[in-house]
Amino acid sequence: MNTLAQPQTIMIDGVPLKDQLAKAERRKQITAFLLVAPLLVFIIFTFVIPIGNMLTRSVDNPRMSELMPDMVESLEEWDGKELPSEAIFEVMFEEINRNIETSTIGRVATHVNYNMAGARSLFLKSKRKFKKISGPPYKEQMIAGDKRWGEVRTWRIIKAVSDPVTAAYFLNAVDRSFDAEGNIIQQPEQKRIYVTLFLRTLWISALVTLLTLILGYPIAYLISTTPPRISNLLIIMVLLPFWTSLLVRTTSWIVLLQTQGVLNDIMVWLGVLSEEGRIQMIYNLNGTLVAMTQILLPFVVLPMYSVMKTIPLSQLRASQSLGANPVITFFKIFWPQSIPGIGAGGLLVFVLSVGYYITPALVGGASGQMISNQIAFHMRSSLNWGLAAALGTILLVGVMALYWLYDRIVGIDNMKLG
Amino acid sequence: MSLPAYTGTLGRVWHYTFLAICGFVFFLLMAPILVIIPLSFNAEPYFTFSEGMVRLDPEAYSLRWYEDVLGFGEGTGANRGHEWAFAARNSIVIAIFATLIATTIGTLAAVGLSRPQMPFRRPIMALLISPLIVPIIITAAGMFFFYSSVGLAYSHLGVVLAHAAIGTPFVVITVTATLVGFDETLIRASSSLGAQPLRTFFKVILPLITPGIVSGALFAFITSFDEVVLIYFLADADQKTIPIQMWSGLRQQISPSILAVATLLITFSVILLVAVELLRRRSERLRGMSPQ
Repeated sequence: MNTLAQPQTIMIDGVPLKDQLAKAERRKQITAFLLVAPLLVFIIFTFVIPIGNMLTRSVDNPRMSELMPDMVESLEEWDGKELPSEAIFEVMFEEINRNIETSTIGRVATHVNYNMAGARSLFLKSKRKFKKISGPPYKEQMIAGDKRWGEVRTWRIIKAVSDPVTAAYFLNAVDRSFDAEGNIIQQPEQKRIYVTLFLRTLWISALVTLLTLILGYPIAYLISTTPPRISNLLIIMVLLPFWTSLLVRTTSWIVLLQTQGVLNDIMVWLGVLSEEGRIQMIYNLNGTLVAMTQILLPFVVLPMYSVMKTIPLSQLRASQSLGANPVITFFKIFWPQSIPGIGAGGLLVFVLSVGYYITPALVGGASGQMISNQIAFHMRSSLNWGLAAALGTILLVGVMALYWLYDRIVGIDNMKLG
Repeated sequence: MSLPAYTGTLGRVWHYTFLAICGFVFFLLMAPILVIIPLSFNAEPYFTFSEGMVRLDPEAYSLRWYEDVLGFGEGTGANRGHEWAFAARNSIVIAIFATLIATTIGTLAAVGLSRPQMPFRRPIMALLISPLIVPIIITAAGMFFFYSSVGLAYSHLGVVLAHAAIGTPFVVITVTATLVGFDETLIRASSSLGAQPLRTFFKVILPLITPGIVSGALFAFITSFDEVVLIYFLADADQKTIPIQMWSGLRQQISPSILAVATLLITFSVILLVAVELLRRRSERLRGMSPQ
């Protein structure tokens, strides 16, 4: 409001106009914000906090501090260069005994065993060995019981797994792990699956985006250049799949593509395939690609259409009347102006497909699985929640980066829903 | 797209090739939906057209899967029909409540976001739309931990709140779109005639944005109605819905009853789609835009 006139306009009540306007402006700002506030609070509580909370699990490592709090505390002062002092041995002795009493020693053993093969026996054996130890010095007696207590390496690993914040899940999520000395090493060949899976997810998303663009462009062009009477009908044909249940469409693809399905039947009936030569078209990468392409096609057609309908058809006629042939007209006039639509649609489809879960789970078989499926597996079946959270964090960061890009390039305001 | 008279042979060939390509893409879009409808009337428990169906033999068609689903047939499972009815009731109840929450606070937020004075408009908008973008599996995992810790998991309330959260972006988007180009002078006219802001809202703003609200509500409804992953993580047998029932059917042993359910759902989506289309046109008429 500083465009307003010079020195100061004083109102009848003695307050400068500028101040009054500023006040009114502020009141409007507050009103606007108050209108948004309920939703903002709702989304923060039901959505943002849960996700943030989940993300912390990717670095959270509470097990040791819960089970052996004193030990974790005393190990904090240990420098890790030579064997810990008698005092630390004593704390360890007592903590182990306490965990034996509460029958939680197995959980300690399992936890340390993640990083140190054989640690399980070290802890479980102490049930028997520690009975003989009646008093100090604990150090010698423990080492006598199991010589691994006399190795610096053992203590280093215990210290490492006691850290309440761990990078282990993230390392696991990129096929790395800590070795005994705390160096980062690659997982053994047969356990390297996640990097490949991330790459495959990107690859599938890129292919789906490309396929939807190739298939969607012609029909968006057709819809935007036909008269409304026909184009309205065509839009409904694009929107109907959009409104149909995802599960229904996935079911359809199973019905169409399975080995005893409609498509195979038709080809056998036509004699293209023999009865034995039926093709496996689903429950593999192909199934994921076909189903996702069809399911996401409307998301690319609608933004392209809304850009294309703003391109004046008179320009095309003008170009042709100036002697350009239809091919040149298309590439010089229509194509450049339709690129924003391609960007908007393509980016949206890519963002949506990177996190796809349902379709790959139902029709993807083994080779058509994506990163979301692995997250679900660790959430529901293997119960390795830390790893699920780490994989989820990486996926979320990727998606948010793409979302930011989408907002910068297209603008969220321009998101169209039919 | 009629051809001008001066089009050459090559042009004509290309034109028809182009139409053929488009026809193929539309076929690809529609075929999977259309193929399921006749198959749901299959008398045999198979997922393909029997010879009798191809010959249009009335014997080859039957309503047995519908009887199964709706629960008044003999049924193959002990009480399969009962299960679907239970799931349908859950689906509808959850979707209605989620829609009510999402539509109410979503509309208010959209009105606020459309005010030119709204502070931090862009980042807030980005945050409010994010449930649409964040992969559903991440949302589900997050809600699973959080809702378990506050005792909302495995309850209707938890599922309703979760569904409302993922439904709000649709309401915000559609209502904001209706408010684009909203004539601010109408509000001032109303105030100058002595109406309080609340009265202005109900008498002037609301009637104009109703089409946007309703279509946003329908989006929110269908989002909840079709949602399976959140249910899979947050609900147990008491909150079983149609999608989760289909989901387990598809993962374990696929029964033709699923095709009957699918056909019923398709009919339902057609009704919703027509409703949204009519609303969109009405809204454009109301705002003085030419219908497209």
